[in-house]
Amino acid sequence: MAITVDEVFETAKMILYQNLDIRTTTLGINLKDCMDSDFRAFRKKVYNKVYRNGCLLIKEARKLELKYGIPVVNKRISVTPVSIIMEAHLNRDKFLEMALTLDKAAGDSGIDFIGGFGGLCQKALTRSDKILIEILPDVLSKTRHVCSFLNVGSNVSGMNLDAVNLLGVMLKKTARRTKNGSGCARFVVFVNAPEDNPFMAGAFHGVGEGDMALNIGISGPGVVRSVVEKDKDCDLSELSEIIKRTVFKITRAGELIGRELAGNLKAPFGVVDISLASTTNKGDSVAGVIEAFGIESAGAHGSTMAIALLMDAVKKGGAMASANVGGLSGTFIPVSEDMSMVEAVKRKSLSLDKLEAFTAVCSVGLDMVAIPGNTPEETINAIIADELSIGIINNKTTAVRILPIPGKKPGDLVKLGGLLGVAPVMSVNKYSARNFMKRGGRLPAPVTSLRN
Amino acid sequence: MKKELSFITVIGKDKKGIVAKISNLLYKNNINIEDISQKVMEGLFVMTMLIDVSGYRYPLQRLNSKLENIGKDMGLKIQLQHENIFKMMHRV
Repeated sequence: MAITVDEVFETAKMILYQNLDIRTTTLGINLKDCMDSDFRAFRKKVYNKVYRNGCLLIKEARKLELKYGIPVVNKRISVTPVSIIMEAHLNRDKFLEMALTLDKAAGDSGIDFIGGFGGLCQKALTRSDKILIEILPDVLSKTRHVCSFLNVGSNVSGMNLDAVNLLGVMLKKTARRTKNGSGCARFVVFVNAPEDNPFMAGAFHGVGEGDMALNIGISGPGVVRSVVEKDKDCDLSELSEIIKRTVFKITRAGELIGRELAGNLKAPFGVVDISLASTTNKGDSVAGVIEAFGIESAGAHGSTMAIALLMDAVKKGGAMASANVGGLSGTFIPVSEDMSMVEAVKRKSLSLDKLEAFTAVCSVGLDMVAIPGNTPEETINAIIADELSIGIINNKTTAVRILPIPGKKPGDLVKLGGLLGVAPVMSVNKYSARNFMKRGGRLPAPVTSLRN
Repeated sequence: MKKELSFITVIGKDKKGIVAKISNLLYKNNINIEDISQKVMEGLFVMTMLIDVSGYRYPLQRLNSKLENIGKDMGLKIQLQHENIFKMMHRV
């Protein structure tokens, strides 16, 4: 059956007026084959591999943008966790040099971010992981493109509280050394981190991956919102159906671009991440979607059910549309990057506690949350540990990207610039978990039965 | 030669000469029009042309920018997209 003018118009409308785009194409590349006892030779091999692949990715992605008339917004590279490939070069200066090498290769090739400057320490820290965490404030303040992650827990290992306890101090240092604390936006801490996530700042090329993989993240809160707005009175089953149909279509666009791009790059096609990802564009907002459901302001009672319904429908529609759904595939609720979230925080309808509740029903975690710069380190660690416990107990990925902004107090607004938006500083509980956190050790892996 | 089908989508206010201008450009560039449809939707004039670009000798970017220029002159949005994106999104 021929494509009708209505169908062409529907697609064109999504792209022209509702911010439909391919949010990110992320090429995962294995760097283990670059390892060398000669550090100069090692860096040179890393630079060449990243640069060559970065240039190729940009060239091929642009060709497809043109062919299909759909913007491919971000072109990125993720690499093998750097703490692994640096195990034989345990020296702080060398870690920084490696970060600068990655940054230069990314900048020279024109990709916007390179992910993977991190480590997998769900059970315990190696010496390399420790150096990496120590050097992060330098790395995040001296590079522009390098993104960092840590995986500090999993269902089978439990959670490494000793690793979490290093993060508050690291984040505060990073915040002091970068404009408005924005360096912290390039660090994510996870539990159950997927090895094929295409979204920054948490993307890395997992150790179980092959030499290369092309992963793709689609977007579309603006599209979902506009279909929801058309039918204000349908019941929840119908609402779910409408979202499923729409997400099916946008995921198919991602599948098409991903497969073709992978083919052109001669890389295996990895996954389509079906996460709804907000942008600072007006209307391109996850909070905007639940407000279109009938929630007066994100964070109001009822919002958790709304997020649950949205995410379940997105997953059902997306899973039908692609054989390779993976990555995070949840809803991102980055506060500063979502204008309706920012408004909700400003009018005090959305708090840190409610955000945490959202993450129990399917969103990925506390994302782009600004807190006062004088928040005690152990409180930052405790916020992270709370969020990550939700992931450990509920068998899902959770993550935290938090910015303790120097000199700011609750209610202040902080301009982070560009894609990162404007962050309203949120208040944190003033009571302390110091004596609990300082116990350290490991949160035991949970039982998988008795699930109430 | 195997057909290579793309859609031109024109969105905006109906005017004299839209079809003439675009089809003239296509004719000069050895591009065949396979089908044309038009409809008014949500208050907008929408026209789609299914074209075969297999005979086009230059990179598609060139055709795209020529279409964009026509769009700018006439105050219309004009898009060029390979048909596969519509097949993927609208056909199971």
